[in-house]
Amino acid sequence: MSSQRLPSGGRINRGRPLEFFFNGRRYEGFEGDTLASGLLANGIRLFGRSFKYHRPRGLFGSGSEEPNALVQLGEGASTIPNLKATQVELFDGLSARTVVGWPSLEIDLYAINNRIGRLLPAGFYYKTFMRPRFLWDWYEGRIRHAAGLGFAPTEPDSARYDKRNAHCDVLVVGAGPTGLMAALVAGRSGARVIVADEQAEMGGDLLSSTQHVSGACPWMFLDNLVKELSLMDNVMLLPRSTVSGYYDYNFLVINQRRTDHQAGIGDIVSRERNWRVRARQVVLATGAIERGLVFADNDRPGIMLSSAVRTYINRYAVRPGRTGAVFTNNDSAYQTAVEMHGAGMEVKGVIDVRQRPSQERLLQMDTLGIPVYSGHGVGGTRSGRQGLRAVELCRLSADGRDVLTQKGSLDCQVLAISGGWNPAIHLHCQSGGRPKYDDDQACFVPDKSVQSERSAGSALGIFQLGNCLSDGVDAGVHAVRETGYACAHIDIPYASDRTGSAIEPMWNVPDGVLPGRGGKKFVDYQNDTTAADIALAAREGYRSIEHVKRYTALGFGTDQGKTGNINGLAILAQHLGQSIPATGTTTFRPNYTPVTFGAIAGRELGTVFFDPVRKTPMHDWHVAHGAVFEDVGQWKRPWYYPKGGETMESAVRRECLATRKSIGLLDASTLGKIEVRGRDSAEFLNRIYTNAWSKLEINRCRYGLMLGEDGMVMDDGVSSRLGDNHYYMTTTTGGAAHVLGWLERWHQTEWPELEVFFTSVTDRWAVASIAGPNSRSLLDRLCSDIDLSAGAFPFMSLREGSVAGISARLFRISFSGELAFEINVSADDGVALWELLMEAGGEYGITPYGTETMHVLRAEKGYVIVGQDTDGSVTPADLGMDWIVSKTKDFIGKRSLARSDMLRDSRKQLVGLVTEQPETVLPEGTQLVNEPSTDYPVPMTGHVTSSYYSSTLGHSIALALIKGGHTRMGASVYAPTLDGQCIKAIISSPVFYDPENKLHKT
Amino acid sequence: MKNKYSIFSLVRNAVSYHQNWSQAWRSPDPKPAYDAIIVGGGGHGLATAYYLAKEHSITRVAVLEKGWIGGGNTGRNTTIVRSNYLWDEAAHLYEKSLKLWEGLSQELNYNVMFSQRGVMNLGHTLQDMRDIVRRSSANQLNGIDSEVLTPAQIKNIEPTINISQQARYPILGASFQPRGGVARHDAVAWGFARGADRYGVDVIQNCEVTGIRQQNGSVTGVDTTRGFIAAPKVGVVAAGHSSLLADYAGLRMPIESHPLQALVSEPLKPVLNTVIMSNAVHGYISQSDKGELVVGAGIDSYIGYGQRGSYSVIEGNIAAIVELFPNFSRVKMLRQWGGIVDVCPDACPIISLTPVKGLYFNCGWGTGGFKATPGSGWVFAYTIARNTPHGLNAAFDLNRFYTGALIDEHGAAGVAH
Ligand SMILES: Cc1cc2nc3c(=O)[nH]c(=O)nc-3n(C[C@H](O)[C@H](O)[C@H](O)COP(=O)(O)OP(=O)(O)OC[C@H]3O[C@@H](n4cnc5c(N)ncnc54)[C@H](O)[C@@H]3O)c2cc1C
Repeated sequence: MSSQRLPSGGRINRGRPLEFFFNGRRYEGFEGDTLASGLLANGIRLFGRSFKYHRPRGLFGSGSEEPNALVQLGEGASTIPNLKATQVELFDGLSARTVVGWPSLEIDLYAINNRIGRLLPAGFYYKTFMRPRFLWDWYEGRIRHAAGLGFAPTEPDSARYDKRNAHCDVLVVGAGPTGLMAALVAGRSGARVIVADEQAEMGGDLLSSTQHVSGACPWMFLDNLVKELSLMDNVMLLPRSTVSGYYDYNFLVINQRRTDHQAGIGDIVSRERNWRVRARQVVLATGAIERGLVFADNDRPGIMLSSAVRTYINRYAVRPGRTGAVFTNNDSAYQTAVEMHGAGMEVKGVIDVRQRPSQERLLQMDTLGIPVYSGHGVGGTRSGRQGLRAVELCRLSADGRDVLTQKGSLDCQVLAISGGWNPAIHLHCQSGGRPKYDDDQACFVPDKSVQSERSAGSALGIFQLGNCLSDGVDAGVHAVRETGYACAHIDIPYASDRTGSAIEPMWNVPDGVLPGRGGKKFVDYQNDTTAADIALAAREGYRSIEHVKRYTALGFGTDQGKTGNINGLAILAQHLGQSIPATGTTTFRPNYTPVTFGAIAGRELGTVFFDPVRKTPMHDWHVAHGAVFEDVGQWKRPWYYPKGGETMESAVRRECLATRKSIGLLDASTLGKIEVRGRDSAEFLNRIYTNAWSKLEINRCRYGLMLGEDGMVMDDGVSSRLGDNHYYMTTTTGGAAHVLGWLERWHQTEWPELEVFFTSVTDRWAVASIAGPNSRSLLDRLCSDIDLSAGAFPFMSLREGSVAGISARLFRISFSGELAFEINVSADDGVALWELLMEAGGEYGITPYGTETMHVLRAEKGYVIVGQDTDGSVTPADLGMDWIVSKTKDFIGKRSLARSDMLRDSRKQLVGLVTEQPETVLPEGTQLVNEPSTDYPVPMTGHVTSSYYSSTLGHSIALALIKGGHTRMGASVYAPTLDGQCIKAIISSPVFYDPENKLHKT
Repeated sequence: MKNKYSIFSLVRNAVSYHQNWSQAWRSPDPKPAYDAIIVGGGGHGLATAYYLAKEHSITRVAVLEKGWIGGGNTGRNTTIVRSNYLWDEAAHLYEKSLKLWEGLSQELNYNVMFSQRGVMNLGHTLQDMRDIVRRSSANQLNGIDSEVLTPAQIKNIEPTINISQQARYPILGASFQPRGGVARHDAVAWGFARGADRYGVDVIQNCEVTGIRQQNGSVTGVDTTRGFIAAPKVGVVAAGHSSLLADYAGLRMPIESHPLQALVSEPLKPVLNTVIMSNAVHGYISQSDKGELVVGAGIDSYIGYGQRGSYSVIEGNIAAIVELFPNFSRVKMLRQWGGIVDVCPDACPIISLTPVKGLYFNCGWGTGGFKATPGSGWVFAYTIARNTPHGLNAAFDLNRFYTGALIDEHGAAGVAH
């Protein structure tokens, strides 16, 4: 393989040779190369295989539009699938392989698909693989094996990613000549500017250009421009940064790649950063993307976009082949012929479908000795081992629809093709703008802006350099004015643009054979969508461009059809006999180019940032004392405290008994706590809770139920009155945030006239709850300023004072059925309080208990847990809690409770269950039936919501919701468990312990 | 059948260079009158027309679609199909649908690529696990396949999933429905359209319904962008736009329209074996036959008809997926989009007669109606043909919002899609 590197030129650093590997072979390139240019310089033309037919493919483009050259970079956990070789910057030691080709690129067994291609037209899979039915799984396995591109890593990613929020006056997208001029104006005027460009270097098309600007060579002009911008404090230049999406309210996302181009930088800095930008003005200087031409066998390695050929020659100093030709329908590709010639390639001719190319071009070609075949097309191509070998010429009819005569062939290794240019209107369309068809230039251009955005330069359909430079200035001036800066003066650089003749659209180059025959004419290279596929779709009635896209996979590839979509829709329009604008484009959706998942997730991952972990002030103590934790909402709560190898079961039994017999200690800090203040607090609570709050005395507490609008239990908790206009609400641990939002929503949207304020104080308090017959004695020792006697400090009231010198708020409330005190202290004092309680409680055998014991104790008392014993379909009456529902006042959910279904006797109602075998604990969640049966479907009568072994009672207990349960006391039900048992249980009252409600009031 | 699809017809047509395939469905102009009009050419509307013709011999039917068929949620959804619903009413309806799915490619002679790869619902908290047992237990008693898996069993099926107990919300287990899976959404719309067309149904695209006419409390037809079309029966299946159509008939629907977004990665070699859904770590994921990871999450909380969601939802969704599959961090997201879903207060559909005689509504499928496509069409066709609901959809009537007999999958099962 001979070196195709030109002896001089290019933006590569010849002083820094780099070694790299492709499909296991070693090559050399230079700093500044991409993987694509590096391989091309080594004479490599075969870069991959196509997705469906597995045809050999070479480079087609030179940037993010590349459909063919997909590679898998690296190995193991850090491998990256599906990179475009044209976007991979070379570094020392880089190793890549092609993604399609099995078992290898050169010998690809799936290439059989090309031979049987006629059996695989668009959508063939919708018509086959249906019989015999049982074989579908097998077929599907084969389809899956054949499909897919690269390999996902199978190990976790060790790289870091981050995000930054940024605001700017002007975001310039694209740092080609247009974007840089816009940035220069805005920068000089003092606006805060961000310039983002997807390439490694700023410059866009100037990097591939030889056209002089204001008398200077383009790179000199560019260097000066970039230098001036980089010295401005108010301008930030972001290379390797793709604006991937344009969302509402001028919110844009920039994906910046920070490390992939550097070898061995490891994970010291973040691999990628997503910038979340709010821009006051956006200049979309995203340029234009050349489109190919659709002709027979237009996919041989060596057939490239004309712009790509120029880029490889000028920017990378690589000659894509020894011999070449140009095939075009417009003027721009003539420059490529000039540059191929300049690079020492033998240019066999320019094939121009137009009958009359411009005189100026003809003269130019004439001086270089390059023949021009006007009114000709390429009717087919032939390939050798290394790709393209020859193209077949044919003379076209005047209307360009037919082949008049075959005119022999031109031997060439490279065919530079140009079917015209598509402005990159993706972001304009993502912003909500529409595309508009420009007949003269045969392309879609941006229609009116709907956000604060202006397209400029080629992105607007301005294709000449001089005009782009001045339009860039205009766009900059516009943005500066709109953002209120005084516009700095600027000299508009000039470039001598050539005049020429107009493009003549040629969507489907005739090849003189009957429809459906002859070589394949590819429209979408990556998905192997051909002109015949589109014709077939139209023939079969798939007429909407969206249907055609979906039926033929046109534009579904990782290149999102950047080079093929417009050709495809034009071909469809021809088949349907309608105009291109009537056919319309498919929707442009984010992302502009694919974005790494990790970058989108950023740092919001793992135990720290995925969802913040909330820990109580006593958390470390629990850890030190061996607690096992349970996730409740965002909180880590001690679940139980196993001692010396105890199982959960025995730990919980021990904790329960200790509490019932003496004292248990629970960390109750996680309950939601909301201060409700303001003149209308009582009225507000009246509307929120089912029961009444106005008459609650100061320093008294009350249990409350909240319902949704549907009348179903939503949350519960004890709230207290601290002052005339001051209540203190508690909520469930998991429901706290939702309840606060609920209160705010009703206040803000429905009852703004009420004067009431809500403040979340959950984290402000540490709460230690002591429960058990000895809790008062213990507290007596620690608390000198509160009379704890039942008369002075009755159940459901609160007192302020101090516990062991720590100022505290004490509540006499109980969730265990025991005499209990909830001691609230400032969060800072939580650990001190806890330790003092443990110390002072030592002689009572005070025992810390976790949520499991809490659940058992409350279940013994028949207290429900919202979210466990209720599920959003349970009314207060279903829970046997009608007593808490006011008959007189209105409240949220009241009207729903009056609906007929709420009064149905067969509603599921809360009951207790006792198993026949005292030790058998019903599995929670299990459905209940009245009659065991295997004759499915078996009618169900309810389900187990909570179930435990009660060491206090010496048998298992359960709570269940059972149809008509309140009137079925003593009846038996059966629980068919998932592991195949069938457990019999008897319906009972849900209150198993202290049914007279004496203990907690003592 | 003249145009039957099979390997033989494929070979035959290959010989004639595929020039002789006939249209999958015609594109006729609307006639002045039909026996029944279906508004909305999504999967549900097309399935309704198909079963009206096939099961009830009502063939003078038009499906009116304002854009292109399948262009609504049918062509935007993440195609999860399962029937492991909690409540009996839902379970029976979705199971009917799943049974239809199992023979749908053959029934329609159009390969809808129904892939029974199994659907897993992960549990991350003790309450999740209680709910999983409850749902699985209900499924089994309803004769629906359902298993509860341990983390080790999950790992066995999905080798790259993170079951570390050190994770922020460790995986404690999962419910698994082996018969669940995914299908090719466009093919479902196309297959039903072709099937319906075969029976003479007119599938009319680019025809927006702009009014519903009635006389003496009975429907008489619809105004469209292509003129008035008369029909004594009109079935509306317009998903996110249902409340607008209800408004044309002077009705109010208990529906909110929200954006729901989804996204795909670049195509990859097979790396996922099933469909994985998680509520606590909010996201779900499967891999399409083409190799893309198909990812989604919950609705955007605001309401609107814009088919655009906010980026933060995508960020949270991807974070959830990377949390479950840390190896997907280096995979790239290709495309994202949104649909407008019609959400009922109880997250269950409305398949119902209305106060207007001859006017029927089928809506409220919200985030999870793709799986119901064949079943929904089947029961809705019955309802329209007989002017009375089938036993399977009787509970899903509008009346339930008056009686309160909601089927609250939302609150109880908490599983979307
Ligand atoms: C992102 C996303 C992911 C989802 N994921 C899943 C999933 O994994 N599993 C699942 O089961 N479901 C899922 N769903 C839900 C599912 O897509 C829908 O419930 C289902 O497809 C609805 O089908 P349909 O035919 O009723 O509605 P659509 O397909 O939306 O059809 C309604 C049609 O009515 C047309 N229409 C509206 N107004 C008019 C008018 N005035 N005149 C004429 N035509 C009109 C629309 O253009 C549209 O084509 C998802 C939805 C979305 C958006």
